[in-house]
Amino acid sequence: MASTNTRGRAPWRPLITLLVILAAGAGALFAGVTTSSEAQWTPKLALDLEGGTQIILQAVTANNEAVSAEDISQAIAIIRQRVDSSGVAEAEITSQGGRNIVVALPGNPSEETLALVRESAQMQFRPVLYMGDPAPIEVETPADGETTNDTDDASDAQEPTADAQQDPAAESAEPVGGPLDELISDDAEAAEAENPSDLAQITRDVVEEFYALDCTSPDSLTGGGGVADPNAVLVTCSEEGDTKYILGPMEISGNDIAQASSGLKQLQGGAMTNDWIVNIAFNSQGTRDFETVTSRLSQLPEYEQWIYAPTSSAPNMFAIVLDNLVLSSPGVTEVFRTGEAFIEGTFTNESANKLANQLSFGALPLTFEVQSEETISATLGSEQLQKGILAGLIGLILVGVYSLVQYRVLGTLTIASLVIAAVATYLALALLSWVQGYRLSLAGVAGIIVAIGITADSFIVYFERIRDELREGRSLDGAIEVGWDRAKRTIIASDAVNFIAAVVLYFLAVGGVRGFAFTLGLTTLIDLIVVFFFTHPVLQLLARTRFFRNGHKLSGFNPESLGVDRPRYVGRGKVATAQSTPMFNDDGTRMTIAQRKAAQRSKEQTEQVSSQSTTRKDGE
Amino acid sequence: MARRFSQWGNDLYTGARSYDVVGKRRTFFLLALATILISVAILGIRGLNLGIEFRGGSQFTLTNVDTSDQTSAVDAVTSVSPSEVARVANVGTNALRVQTSELTDIEVQEVRQALADAYGVTADDVASSYVGPTWGQDVSTKAFTGIAVFLVLVMLVMSLYFRAWRSAAATILALFHDLIITLGVYALVGWEVSPATIIGLLTILAYSIYDTVVVFDKVRENTDNLNGQYLATYAERANLAVNQTMVRSINTSVVALLPVASILFIGAFLLGAGTLRDISLALFVGMGIGTYSSIFLATPIQVALREREPAIREHNEQVAAVREARATGADPSQVVGVSLTQGADEKNIVPGVRLANRAQPKKRKR
Repeated sequence: MASTNTRGRAPWRPLITLLVILAAGAGALFAGVTTSSEAQWTPKLALDLEGGTQIILQAVTANNEAVSAEDISQAIAIIRQRVDSSGVAEAEITSQGGRNIVVALPGNPSEETLALVRESAQMQFRPVLYMGDPAPIEVETPADGETTNDTDDASDAQEPTADAQQDPAAESAEPVGGPLDELISDDAEAAEAENPSDLAQITRDVVEEFYALDCTSPDSLTGGGGVADPNAVLVTCSEEGDTKYILGPMEISGNDIAQASSGLKQLQGGAMTNDWIVNIAFNSQGTRDFETVTSRLSQLPEYEQWIYAPTSSAPNMFAIVLDNLVLSSPGVTEVFRTGEAFIEGTFTNESANKLANQLSFGALPLTFEVQSEETISATLGSEQLQKGILAGLIGLILVGVYSLVQYRVLGTLTIASLVIAAVATYLALALLSWVQGYRLSLAGVAGIIVAIGITADSFIVYFERIRDELREGRSLDGAIEVGWDRAKRTIIASDAVNFIAAVVLYFLAVGGVRGFAFTLGLTTLIDLIVVFFFTHPVLQLLARTRFFRNGHKLSGFNPESLGVDRPRYVGRGKVATAQSTPMFNDDGTRMTIAQRKAAQRSKEQTEQVSSQSTTRKDGE
Repeated sequence: MARRFSQWGNDLYTGARSYDVVGKRRTFFLLALATILISVAILGIRGLNLGIEFRGGSQFTLTNVDTSDQTSAVDAVTSVSPSEVARVANVGTNALRVQTSELTDIEVQEVRQALADAYGVTADDVASSYVGPTWGQDVSTKAFTGIAVFLVLVMLVMSLYFRAWRSAAATILALFHDLIITLGVYALVGWEVSPATIIGLLTILAYSIYDTVVVFDKVRENTDNLNGQYLATYAERANLAVNQTMVRSINTSVVALLPVASILFIGAFLLGAGTLRDISLALFVGMGIGTYSSIFLATPIQVALREREPAIREHNEQVAAVREARATGADPSQVVGVSLTQGADEKNIVPGVRLANRAQPKKRKR
């Protein structure tokens, strides 16, 4: 272009930049799709659109203590390990808002996989106080209706003293009349346990609960969710439902297990036997605790002796409790000081391996509660997506029609800008879902549809500014430059607010809010890019065409319809004049209506003096 | 039509036509107060219809259903758990959503089967989920923490940008107005409040502030050299800004509401209960009110607040004094101690035109 205009090539630069950015994005995506199996042309869809199962786990701590990010990431690693070991591909496990873990499993995961995820309760090592057959024990005078109520066991296990509080009068009635009656300490409230194996901890409530518990019913084998109070006595079943237990308070937590593995037992000479054992290694805290526990338990009678006089003391066994069920209850005959221990028993290769896995995977740093579990059908999501996209398209068309009515040919620039924004958003989402694993959710779709309005607003702010400048009597070129300078500031300020909103919500919110915040932030950025790199430069270029420069009636910048009534330089030495009315104050600002009327009056007066030009009558 | 609209826009811009929004601010404050009270009353009486995410419970979703008959679903649930009253909603054209209070695992299986039988679909088409009662609360607690942090940040950013914390405060007051009324409408319509509604409310937040920033930016521009002139008060300049941005506000809200309206329409009539419908109602109401409030509420509040600033109060007094002086014919320059005519004369100079007598200070005629 042989133009002498110094701004001559300027508009092309941002346009070419934008084109390069878009082409680079498309190119990267193309390269990704052809080379990697991860990338695809469409953005990946979140569970609500694709279908699958989503489990939200919430970390539970005693006294609502703060959860450290380290604990959460460790928990995620363990859950991921569990899920991966079950063979589910593309499971998405993320932390959310500092306390939650979201496990998203695409498709239809098996019950076992789901159980692996949910089974995240804390592992506890507790001493066995009493154990017996799984069936409920019939007693003659049930103190309350608890004896037949199986489904409440889990909650009772968590609150062993709940009954006593509810109905103290009934509790102080006659003895229950079962085999454990002599264990019941008379003064339940005052019973001070000397150590965790002390039978004085067995209160009337505990005994009643033990009598009532039916481990043969599958309901009792779900663990009941949640975590038993580590400082209270726990009445529960073995995992297989073949034994029921009264357990003392927790002595070692699963966190203190450093490692667990299964292997064949090695004799002292180094020869291998055929017996499978599970090796456990504790950390330093666990080592100390385990020494204390084993030095006490090794003094207690072994099971074979204990069974003859079960009410005289606790057996020498401890129970490994996961998800409120007893995985294993090995007996202790020696004191372990090194922090390395093994469990032997009638293990097979598989059962030893399973226990070892449970011990190491079960050693979550936190305990979790299932907050929500959702199976999402893909059909439903895809219908919502289709309708959502349809709604978005209709919305776009309406916006297009409205801008055409309002801004005439200029409206096509709005539409073109929106199309560019749409392409950019699509590319960004597809690239992000490839690189970052982003998944588009329904809330995200809503965010995009809302963004149409916010994006279009930038153009409106800009166009209105240009019109304002035209009304001031500027040439189109000048109006675009000055209008842009001012509109730019407004657009940046308002987009900044939007962006802050998106960022804050993204980092502080959970679930759908996050997906929404993400697209809101992304589209705000894209809005800025499109306005700066497309709308403004294209308008600069359009301003050079005769159609716009001369302010064609349909251009949207028709000075006449904009009421331009000041002399206006239209180029080539020509000045467009119009009937002049005072519009400006002494300081060059525009008048209010009151001032205008005053000025009008004074103008009428002065016109008697001079018909040549207008004036004010400040001095009067 | 468009021609007339653009003429109207011109008139608003030049001041040929002007709506005295700021001057009549008492009326708008009263109106806002009244609508807020009504909304709070509706919220108090009807309450919000909290979704399953807040109450907790079991949810079943049936897909590939031919009929939209809801009674069979209710019957199917009652057949398993007689005391249970299921909430059934049509979702889209061929799906149903059934919500109950929390059921046991066995009941869930039975209800699933019963629903599958009742609608002649396979059990695979019935998806079930459990929603903990804390899930929705968690979402909203987090969202409200987010709001609090966001508001503090916005206060900071806007105070810096407009260099007046009162402008930021006005924005936030207007924002609460928008949120409360939107909640009131929600209570009135009785649609379920789901996490999607919360998302909608969050957007209103962002949009309301966004819109107010645009209007305030114009106010700021108009009042930039407020102290260099004695013709208009801060309030009058702000009012001019409101009038000048009115066309923009109308265009913006129409453009923003069109897509939302299309989701709302499609959502409410084709999709039934779901994320999109919940979001769009909140958005539709909130964005409309957001636009209204940034013109008719935020700016008047801002003016009311900023008129407490000593500099602006002083300027107001000066403007009043100058007007008074003009009305009585005294020399306004004496009042403010600055020559009000000198600059004007320089501006008045037109090449080739003699200033003559009319440029001279004149005596009072009376």
